[in-house]
Amino acid sequence: MTETTHTAPAKVPRAAASPGTAPAPDGSRRGGRVLRRLTPWLFLAVPLALLVTFTYVPVGNMIYYSFTDWDGVSPDRHFTGVDNYEQIFTRPELFRVFFVSFYYLAASAVQIVIALYFATVLSFDLRFRNLFKGILFFPYLINGVAIGFVFLYFFQDGGTLDSVLSWFGAGSDHAWLGDPESANTSLAGVSVWRFTGLNFVLFLGAIQSIPAELYEAAQLDGASRWQQFRHIIAPSIRPVLSLSVILAVSGSLSVFEIPYIMTGGATGTTTFVIQTVKLAFQFNKTGLASAAAVVLLLIILLITWIQRRLVPDEKVDLV
Amino acid sequence: MGKNTTFTGRRWRGGLLAAAVLTVAGCSGGGTVSGETAKAPADPADASGTIKVLTHRTDLVQNGTMARYAEEFNKVYPEVKVKFEALTDYEGEVKIRMNTDDYGDVLMIPAAVAKNDYPKFFAPLGTAAELGGTYRFSDKTEVGGKVYGIAQFGTANGFVYNKAVWKKAGVTAWPTTPREFLADLKVVKAKTDALPYYTNFKDGWPLTAWSNSIGSVTCDAKANDKLAGAVSPWREGSELNVIDSLLYDVVKGGLSEKDPNTTNWEASKGMIAQGKVATMQLGSWAITQMRDAAEKAGADPDDIGFMPFPVQKDGKYCAVLASDYQQAVNAHSSHKAAARAWIDWFTQKSGYSAKEGAVPALKSAPMPGTLKDFVDNDVSFQERSEVKTGEVNAIDNAAEIGLNKPDYRQKLIDLARGAQHGSLDDFFADLDKRWNEAARTAGS
Repeated sequence: MTETTHTAPAKVPRAAASPGTAPAPDGSRRGGRVLRRLTPWLFLAVPLALLVTFTYVPVGNMIYYSFTDWDGVSPDRHFTGVDNYEQIFTRPELFRVFFVSFYYLAASAVQIVIALYFATVLSFDLRFRNLFKGILFFPYLINGVAIGFVFLYFFQDGGTLDSVLSWFGAGSDHAWLGDPESANTSLAGVSVWRFTGLNFVLFLGAIQSIPAELYEAAQLDGASRWQQFRHIIAPSIRPVLSLSVILAVSGSLSVFEIPYIMTGGATGTTTFVIQTVKLAFQFNKTGLASAAAVVLLLIILLITWIQRRLVPDEKVDLV
Repeated sequence: MGKNTTFTGRRWRGGLLAAAVLTVAGCSGGGTVSGETAKAPADPADASGTIKVLTHRTDLVQNGTMARYAEEFNKVYPEVKVKFEALTDYEGEVKIRMNTDDYGDVLMIPAAVAKNDYPKFFAPLGTAAELGGTYRFSDKTEVGGKVYGIAQFGTANGFVYNKAVWKKAGVTAWPTTPREFLADLKVVKAKTDALPYYTNFKDGWPLTAWSNSIGSVTCDAKANDKLAGAVSPWREGSELNVIDSLLYDVVKGGLSEKDPNTTNWEASKGMIAQGKVATMQLGSWAITQMRDAAEKAGADPDDIGFMPFPVQKDGKYCAVLASDYQQAVNAHSSHKAAARAWIDWFTQKSGYSAKEGAVPALKSAPMPGTLKDFVDNDVSFQERSEVKTGEVNAIDNAAEIGLNKPDYRQKLIDLARGAQHGSLDDFFADLDKRWNEAARTAGS
């Protein structure tokens, strides 16, 4: 595609210089060509500068730090080669925190199912359907820090959850964030509450792009709602579904703000990112933490790549 | 398509090159430092300029207290304009700003800065001999015979407790051993509605106060220095063993809150003031805050008491005095004299430490009223030696234990209440192992 747009204008000056027409002065012709070459870059200059400054320079710096023993403040840093990476791969306790990600992975499965269910139901004609869409999407709009604080009160001993349960006579004496298992489950629950809205909107958008005639035809053929979902909706939203799964996996590996704000990683809720942050900002091991961040980046890239291999992006052709 | 990829490939390489160039440029920040001493001007009229003071006391900046100090200061130094910048996440923000030259004129030295790096960031304030006679805690920032920071004030460590609650439980004398302390807490639990002990587990930092009691057990001001090296700090009978065992036993005995992950520091002030909580381990700086909370809640501020760590040596309690943040002058400041004048005035003349009820950094000033019980009961004050703090911190960071971070004590509490599996002995043995290994590598 780029090829055509590139070659087409290049031909114009050659045509203009064809025999018969007076040759344009050499200088202005070259100047015009340079300017024409430059034009797309001029348009790109600002976004590229922003991209380089805020994405590639920090990443470049991070990769550079990962080969040093920098403590994050000192003006001196020493090049230590792959020592940091060696540490990460030889200290099993640094990897053990990935087990916590399984809670979030399980939660994202639940989240996708819930989002899919609501997206399907709300894509049909239903009373108050826009209101429900708003309600479902709302949690995603709230700042993660605020959510952390809200749910801290929610899970508190005698807090909202306990009092709601007691209305139904199920008053429990359970410390929700008290032991690793229930703490992680609770935190994963919060993340479901927060991110279902995003999945929901993605699915809804995909479902609404399905031509309405298909449903009509299916209904005429006597297909039930489930059959419609199974044979029309599910196949046509496959790309969005697989995107959601990729986001879910990479999201589960890099969970940060909810557990960081709510428990600070205490009681076995430390995730890989929390651990990295603690290495960098508590123990002043910026070099090691950068290496950990690079490793996480590579793991996520690898998993995404594998996933794309297993589930290739097929073109959906319904009609 | 083929052409297309090479095109993007070239751009990608260009981007990487630009990134690399900028990376190198970014690394060369930070100019050279002259190492010239920041001296206070002989004549107050000589000091001039606008100085910026970075502080962690957001509350005092917001309610105008700091501005009032600046007004007082201006009566002596009319030519100096003092501006304050209060940072909520002081440690985190200042640490990052210190990669540039612009980190105020006066600042509190962040804990993240390694002691040996002080000369690269701060202007020396004088020699150890000059300042040691005037100020407490000056050895904390001494590098190569020069002092780089002056403490705002210091604190004694111990337990803040609600006298009325303890009295109701029938305990009036301070416990003299950890066992007695535990027994007293049990009585408090049995005879009152109060929670005997509050850990402040969620906010975390109050747990670090326990480390400030290092030295109270053996009554040794050099106890902290003695941690420098492969010394198994948690071995049987050591300072940290006694301190952390006490915390473990308190939690294991069910004497602390049920769900520690939902504790709340701000709320805890009111809880102890109203007698809902009986005891908390904290520095003496907390007493004034608790008394304020008591006044606000309509309780009696005099109920807030302070007791030393429950260990006696030769029939006497010891309380270790530790320094709070140290104030330093930015080595890149262009108003060093004015900055130094502010530090000296603020530490000596402002009345700040007395108002905070803290141990004054000025040696000639009296102990604050909040420590009256300690003075009356002949508690021996030990000014913590900081000669080897740099080494101890280096080992601590290398071992990723964090004597002054909440994490390992949070794990201790989790072990004690059965949220994580393992025995206390194994936990201590593991800490010792990590400490000793780190001491061998970090020492070199």
